[in-house]
Amino acid sequence: MGLILLCVIWLITLASTYFFIAKTWWMPHGASAATAAIDHQFAVTYVIVGIVFLAAQMALGFLVWKYRDGASQDPAGYSHGNTKLEIIWTTLTIILFVGLNLVGSPIWAAERFRPAEDGATRVEVTGMQFAWYFRYPGPDGKFGITRPELEDPSAGGEGALGLDPKDPASKDDVVTGIMEVPVGREVEVILRAHDVIHSFFVPQMRFKQDAVPGLAIHMHFTPTETGSYEIACAELCGLGHYKMHGILKVVSQSEFDQWIAAHEAEKQ
Amino acid sequence: MVANESHAHAAPQGFIRKYVFSLDHKVIGIQYYFLALTAVFVGMFLSLLMRIHLVWPGVSLPLLGEIKPETYLSLLTMHGTIMVFFVLTTAPQGGFGNYFLPIQIGAPDMAFPVLNMLSFWTTFVAYLCMLAAFFVTGGAPLHGWTGYAPLSALQSAGPGEGLGADLWIISIAIFCIASLMGALNFITTTLDMRAKGMTMMRMPLTCWSWFITAILGLLAFGVLLSAGILLLMDRNMGTSFFLPLGTINGQLTGHKGGSPLLWQHLFWFFGHPEVYIAILPGMGVASQLLSTFARKPIFGYKAMVYAMLSIGLLGFMVWGHHMFMSGMSPYTAFAFSVMTMAIGVPSAIKTFNWLGTLWGARIRFQSPMLFAIGFVSLFVSGGLSGPFLAQPVLDIQLHDTYFVPAHFHLIMGVAAIFGIFGATYYWFPKMFGRMMNEGLARWHFWFSFIGTYAIFMPMHYLGMAGHPRRYSSLGEVAYLKPLMPLQKFITYAAIVTMAGQLIFLWNFFSSLRNGKKAVDNPWEATTLEWTTATPPPHDNFGGHTPVVHNGPYEYSVPGAPRDFVMQNDPATVPAH
Amino acid sequence: MASFTPTIPAHRPAPSRGNRGTPPPITGGGDDGRPDPGLPDYSARLRRARLGLAIALTPILMLFVSFTSAYIVRQGLPTLDPNTNTVVHDWLPVPLPNVLFLINTIILIASSVTIEFARRQLTRRVALEPLHSIPGVSLGTEKEFPWLGVTIVLGLGFLTGQWLAWKDLASRGFFVSTGPSSSFIYLMTGGHAVHLLGGVLALLVAGSTVVLRRPVESRRIVVDVTAWYWHFMALLWIYILALLELAH
Repeated sequence: MGLILLCVIWLITLASTYFFIAKTWWMPHGASAATAAIDHQFAVTYVIVGIVFLAAQMALGFLVWKYRDGASQDPAGYSHGNTKLEIIWTTLTIILFVGLNLVGSPIWAAERFRPAEDGATRVEVTGMQFAWYFRYPGPDGKFGITRPELEDPSAGGEGALGLDPKDPASKDDVVTGIMEVPVGREVEVILRAHDVIHSFFVPQMRFKQDAVPGLAIHMHFTPTETGSYEIACAELCGLGHYKMHGILKVVSQSEFDQWIAAHEAEKQ
Repeated sequence: MVANESHAHAAPQGFIRKYVFSLDHKVIGIQYYFLALTAVFVGMFLSLLMRIHLVWPGVSLPLLGEIKPETYLSLLTMHGTIMVFFVLTTAPQGGFGNYFLPIQIGAPDMAFPVLNMLSFWTTFVAYLCMLAAFFVTGGAPLHGWTGYAPLSALQSAGPGEGLGADLWIISIAIFCIASLMGALNFITTTLDMRAKGMTMMRMPLTCWSWFITAILGLLAFGVLLSAGILLLMDRNMGTSFFLPLGTINGQLTGHKGGSPLLWQHLFWFFGHPEVYIAILPGMGVASQLLSTFARKPIFGYKAMVYAMLSIGLLGFMVWGHHMFMSGMSPYTAFAFSVMTMAIGVPSAIKTFNWLGTLWGARIRFQSPMLFAIGFVSLFVSGGLSGPFLAQPVLDIQLHDTYFVPAHFHLIMGVAAIFGIFGATYYWFPKMFGRMMNEGLARWHFWFSFIGTYAIFMPMHYLGMAGHPRRYSSLGEVAYLKPLMPLQKFITYAAIVTMAGQLIFLWNFFSSLRNGKKAVDNPWEATTLEWTTATPPPHDNFGGHTPVVHNGPYEYSVPGAPRDFVMQNDPATVPAH
Repeated sequence: MASFTPTIPAHRPAPSRGNRGTPPPITGGGDDGRPDPGLPDYSARLRRARLGLAIALTPILMLFVSFTSAYIVRQGLPTLDPNTNTVVHDWLPVPLPNVLFLINTIILIASSVTIEFARRQLTRRVALEPLHSIPGVSLGTEKEFPWLGVTIVLGLGFLTGQWLAWKDLASRGFFVSTGPSSSFIYLMTGGHAVHLLGGVLALLVAGSTVVLRRPVESRRIVVDVTAWYWHFMALLWIYILALLELAH
């Protein structure tokens, strides 16, 4: 039985580790400025955790085989522990765990502690059951007022957001169902939700943030490669949670300028 | 009521007083266990339906027909709720704790037997209330076991969010009260009713785990109750604790000014200690079993106690790690993440000590030991995904993906369950006077051990690939489509593993009737429950209150006549 | 020679209702200073009941700590005002029914005093109980002051007063859903009232032990534990009142 346990534990351990190393199912290719640092922190964590995982599981398998009753004639070793050993491995664990965290925290700080830069592309992202809407402030650079009582989801666009036509700032706001941004420039997203909590998740951007009703949450990321990226909702929001996806299109600056100009022209 | 009963009450007569409204902690423990046993099969069945719907969406099942998307979310909600509350917070503590805490400390019963009886029946009422949610108009709620507002606070947010959600909250509120009653009993009993010589530091680690778990419950369930009350008020009385100004389906909700994050803070302040409530008894049982079947004292008893105490204490300081993406301040997130890494340390210490217990041992591979070894392996696997989730910068990618269910299922949904199985195989002889079938037990172990790894290890890969949680279908988001083969594999593994659980069920009930008669101490163990008759008499020790001389894990003591020294054996143990 | 053995009537506890069964067998006594955990020793039962109460007060405290933190968070919570598209604080303090609250506070403190007298009265009564067994000694049949009954009346009076306070609030248009401030007032005072009602019921149970002729030791334990619970409820009320009045 000891040998069987060893084999099964080792097999499971090695098989699972294989798929992590082979990255058979893995994060999609990252296309944002934060990718390098985040992916590196993943790698560091995987290496450390992986070593601990292999060591612990293989030790377990080994011990249950080696010390099976019948392996030797000696009685079991009578010992209540070893305080020195306890102190050593406790200290090592503290250093490892806390160290791992501290190594990753500057990345968190860089992503979340500072506000968006001036000149970032500003997009207001609004989640509602079960669609994402994106609003650009237009030439005046100001987002117009929205009122919950004006919301009409069936109207789409401005109507769905409840844009107040009486506010002058809202006249030039561009509302779209697809989020289009220029490559290489920081994007500031202002996350809002109308009804329940949603979450804006773009795996390739290494970006996620909950959209909470009653709050307007400012976050930023910088796309570095053009392409079309899926936005998935990552907070249970009701029946249509699984189909509340959107598209993030990252295009060249000139293409973006043309696209936004065309939309703004429609608002005149 | 509290003071009128005598602890050493005579054995009751009559079926109702003996088996229904019994004051005997042993009967109450068995009642809790059977409640959890039905709940776990209900919960497992719900997850089976979920797995089938995910990979074969259109399939029509006998009797149930096709599973609709909204049903999937209700299944998910009720699966989580029933498993967390009525299995993991019930079987280890209410079941085994109730049965064995008094015996292991040498007491004739719990401190407050009437309260004990009430705590079981209150739990039962809570269970009925929870199940009732399935049968009311709109069905069971779909807001997940975490019940985030506003989804859980608005009656029109989805099907099941009407009466079903109210019943869900009421059931949980009743459960809170039942748990608090139980916690009261556990703490008072441990502090006040230990037999002579049973100092705190001679208690088996199971008793420590039940004691600390009760303290966690005492502090946490009041907060859950408060959150539930506020949620009921928001849903039914027009208050706005959690509801901001907003709309639902284009209609103004009529609420304003509340904070959805407030719900999350209150819920997780309870929710995080709750997961330690779910795992600590399993850790206690693992220590007990490893020591018994390795024929060695537990490595570092004191460190094990301090580790459990640290886990309990730190457990109250980490709740924000469920909220890194919630809109909470990133500075607060950083603070929580440091505390969360810290709580990994005592868990690591316990793992080292379990391995240390096996070093130099003479391991007997009877079924309880198999599950204890399985517990260690699964605890390591589940625990090691923690350092990923504990780092907010990595949590950006992993939050609300399948990586999270991988983590908590391996620890709660498997390791803690292995603790329950191990405890069952270990204590079944003492409780029912018969042995369970070892052959069937081994089949059950292998099905469960390999099967659960096959189910939950792949979920890490799904999470890394960005597969969000709680999706009732993979058909919409394009990048999920290539992940379907892995989901299918998980479903196959789940079906096989669940089938394997029927082996346990068969073994349990057939052994009750036909199992080999058990001797008083079939495992040659040292703790007090093995000194008394099998099953124990009404007052646990037949009039002979034990006097304790030794620590709980005196195995293979050099110079002793046998390779175990019982706790009440007056022969002196070498000082250590 | 005929011997005369005077019989000394030993004090027996009043015959109890219900199935109490035979007394437990004598087990090995502990002499490590702690009474044998199994025996229904009266002082051990009292100690255990008090321990149980101390533990039971913890989750009640946590409940109100949780309400308090929600209160504080909610007070400071900024919310988006759509009319101006700016972030404002929408906490509007509710004028409290101060006179009624003051009267109720006095009633509750008075009831705390009376229950303390009841508790001490019973303690003395239990201490003197063994004297019953001395022939010729009588504790008299003087009517003792019904401190317990007075407490029950005061407790009910407090609850009535709270109900009047709620009516006052409602008459001025402040219902539970009117605004966050009023929600919390009803929540905290209502939660407290529910727990105080529990205390009143416990006192009624204690009172019923007189009628049911239970041993006075049992009554003492119930009243003792309820008295400490009652004092806690009084302190909790003062805390809630302070919170509502000062953290406005």
